[in-house]
Amino acid sequence: MSKVRLVDIAHARSGDKGDRCDLGLFAPDAATYVVLKREVTLERIARHFAGMASGPVELYPLDNLLALKIVLNSALSGGAARSLRSDNLGKCAAAALLRMEIET
Amino acid sequence: MKTVRVGAGLGFYGDSWKPVAASIARGGVQYIGSDHLAELTLAILQKDRMKDPAAGYTRDLLPMLTALWPLAQPRGVKFLLNAGGLNPEGARDALVAEFNKRGWKAKIATVTGDAVLDRIDVLRAAGEPLDHLDSGAAIDSVRERMLFANAYLGAQPLVRALEAGADIVLTGRVADAALFLAPLIHEFGWAADDWNRLAAGLTVGHLLECSGQGSGGNFNSYLENGWASVPDLGHIGYPIAEVSPDGTAIITKAPGTGGRVDFDTVRQQLLYEVHNPHAYYSPDVVLDMGTLKLDDLGGDRVRVSGATGRPRPDKLKIVAGYDDGWAGTATIGYCWPGAMKKARATEAIVRKQLAEAKLAYDEIHTEFLGYNSLLGDLADDSCIEALNEVYLKMSVRAKDRRLAEAFPRQFPWLALSGPPTASGFSGIEPARQLLGLWPTLVRRDLIEPEIKVSLQETAL
Repeated sequence: MSKVRLVDIAHARSGDKGDRCDLGLFAPDAATYVVLKREVTLERIARHFAGMASGPVELYPLDNLLALKIVLNSALSGGAARSLRSDNLGKCAAAALLRMEIET
Repeated sequence: MKTVRVGAGLGFYGDSWKPVAASIARGGVQYIGSDHLAELTLAILQKDRMKDPAAGYTRDLLPMLTALWPLAQPRGVKFLLNAGGLNPEGARDALVAEFNKRGWKAKIATVTGDAVLDRIDVLRAAGEPLDHLDSGAAIDSVRERMLFANAYLGAQPLVRALEAGADIVLTGRVADAALFLAPLIHEFGWAADDWNRLAAGLTVGHLLECSGQGSGGNFNSYLENGWASVPDLGHIGYPIAEVSPDGTAIITKAPGTGGRVDFDTVRQQLLYEVHNPHAYYSPDVVLDMGTLKLDDLGGDRVRVSGATGRPRPDKLKIVAGYDDGWAGTATIGYCWPGAMKKARATEAIVRKQLAEAKLAYDEIHTEFLGYNSLLGDLADDSCIEALNEVYLKMSVRAKDRRLAEAFPRQFPWLALSGPPTASGFSGIEPARQLLGLWPTLVRRDLIEPEIKVSLQETAL
């Protein structure tokens, strides 16, 4: 077992719908996808984004795309058009996710 | 086998149409779908319309089509654009006048019936509570502050416009993907309950509706084949779909353009702004992305197949926008040594002065540009001491515009009498209006009878 940051083994994009921030996390191959599914759990994601999302987290694994779909509820200060944040659209949340350190 | 080629237009109000010219000139497209309306764009257009009743459509429509029509017309390329915004008929009138002036012949259709702000009470009387879709809150709390309310229409009215012979279809709010699904339904004659094919068409629309994001733009990967290896973003080609009658599509782009279409760039866009990927809702069909198959064919070609769909929902989504107060903002920079310490000291001084002056804001939000303005709580604080410089950015929320506007006036004195090296003050900027969004659902049968499709010819 060794520790690795997601940025070094996966890629991700994030966006917004209202107050909801959604992220796609993508594995380059099937072996890495197995690791992501095992390590990037609901609990782990909720802990990682505790300072950003006050609502529940949702997680949808997509075997056909070697991808995890992650949804953070109540995560964008009420939504892009009323938020005071510079990243009002949650575009950088994917980069924040890639900072997560996991066991391989 | 007949295939239909649809190409991406703009991905938002303000996007570039230069890549669209390449798709038309070299990409062999037959239709361009162009999405000008983000969730909050209608608020901008509402402000325009309050100043001028003839406005309320996106102002990029005329320059875009006057630039592209000379390329498109000889090739028979048609356009579907939601640039009509809050005033599709006003957009049509402006476009007709422009085309007539230039002697350009075209059939221009409008689709209306999405705007429901003046029918809110009628819809409620018909039994629709219009509660907030997520929180369940009652609409009364924001009713008086509403600036717009529009239902997301589906592809069928756009299909009717194409059947009537339209070269250019102007709509207000429609599901973004409907701009691409409509020409496929029109060309292939897909039935309104052919759920799997409609789901395939919805997939195509979703992959194309964000312009360059479907072809290597904003490609958030730091792996070996990551964003820095995507060629020539300065001349990016927007995505093009070559669609077969069964809905299978090849995603590609015009030859000689920059960007990249491969498994990675396509799947990043596929999941973008999707909630439950097994139930991706549109007015026309509900798509399950779990059955999709992406095959990277090489040479900027990815085959997308296997979409499955379920029957369309009984309700349409409405998004209303309401006045949610004003924001005042100020930004001021500090350099090494101790840049963060100085910025934080200034923040503390400002907060104390606000309290002493009894300026009560609903929210005070602080960011440090260069440290945490984009990553927020997930910023790494180990670099703080070493920062060469940092900008303090403070924003406040207030119901009263003047109160928001008073905020940046708290800063100028700090240049000479505050912590050292204050530089780059952003100045006394006008307050910015904030907007709350109110998503809700409404029965289709209360909206669809009001939809109107009309056609006008130019240069008769």
